[in-house]
Amino acid sequence: MEIQLNGDPYTCDAVTTIAALLATLNLNPDRVVVEHNRTLLERGQSLARPLKPGDEVEIVTLVGGG
Amino acid sequence: MTDDTLRIGDYSFHSRLIVGSGKYRDFAQTRAALDASGAEMITVAVRRVNITDPVRENLLDFLDLTRTTILPNTAGCYTVDECVRTARLARAAGINDLIKVEVIGDDKTLFPDAEATLEATRILVKEGFTCLPYTNDDPIMARKLADAGAAAVMPLAAPIGSGLGVCNPYNLRIILEQATVPIIVDAGVGTASDATVVMELGADGVLMNTAIAGSGDPIAMARAMRLGVEAGRLAYRAGRIPRKLYATATSPLEGVVR
Repeated sequence: MEIQLNGDPYTCDAVTTIAALLATLNLNPDRVVVEHNRTLLERGQSLARPLKPGDEVEIVTLVGGG
Repeated sequence: MTDDTLRIGDYSFHSRLIVGSGKYRDFAQTRAALDASGAEMITVAVRRVNITDPVRENLLDFLDLTRTTILPNTAGCYTVDECVRTARLARAAGINDLIKVEVIGDDKTLFPDAEATLEATRILVKEGFTCLPYTNDDPIMARKLADAGAAAVMPLAAPIGSGLGVCNPYNLRIILEQATVPIIVDAGVGTASDATVVMELGADGVLMNTAIAGSGDPIAMARAMRLGVEAGRLAYRAGRIPRKLYATATSPLEGVVR
């Protein structure tokens, strides 16, 4: 199915969760922050939220900057 | 001398130098420069993960978070909404509640949009962030930001990355005279003497990134900046002599063999 990931269309498995998406992308959940349909997922919040077609996901991390 | 700890909100620092983590060759160099600088706080940016990039190194893996305080910034934000959203994302990383509030008004000068910075600071203070807004060298704006609840105010010395040093020492002196919160000069420092000048003016600290990362030898420059900041702070606390138009002899006037 198709979702919006970091501003671009992205195709993933039909039955999946945020946690599964992070695993597919080989991302460490402790090093990223996720917004799901504009809802910020706080530390400790479950990433087992299901993804649906058309969902908007933003995955950010802390990088070098001044 | 008495205790000279820098206190910003609930945070305490011995070093008055804050560094940025941008523009280094790699994370190892970033860490080496941080260590050489003696800085206890380092800024970071918040950005989308590169989905297609197979490299999985993360900046935080190279830092010792028991000794280094992370200061996330809202660099790249041009609106209040972008800034607030970025700050919330930063806090959700679960490290702390610090945020360098940056709302830029122009992509050539990277000067802060003062109005938007003030509005974003008000919102973020209400949400419990420890706010360090990056601002221009206008004493009125500095006062408004402090009144809005900023834990420190960070006026620029010169445009980001310009290396010009302090462009308006008079405004900075006025800001320092009227300050009710720590004043950290942020942006525009070019070399060690610039940092010393900042501290001699009486600033509580100085933040720099390009001056170190963009220098010919970042590790050496990081050390130079450490010394420059320490020298400037010591000189400020020691109390300089006044500037005079005419000379005052340093050797006795009597007893010369003529």
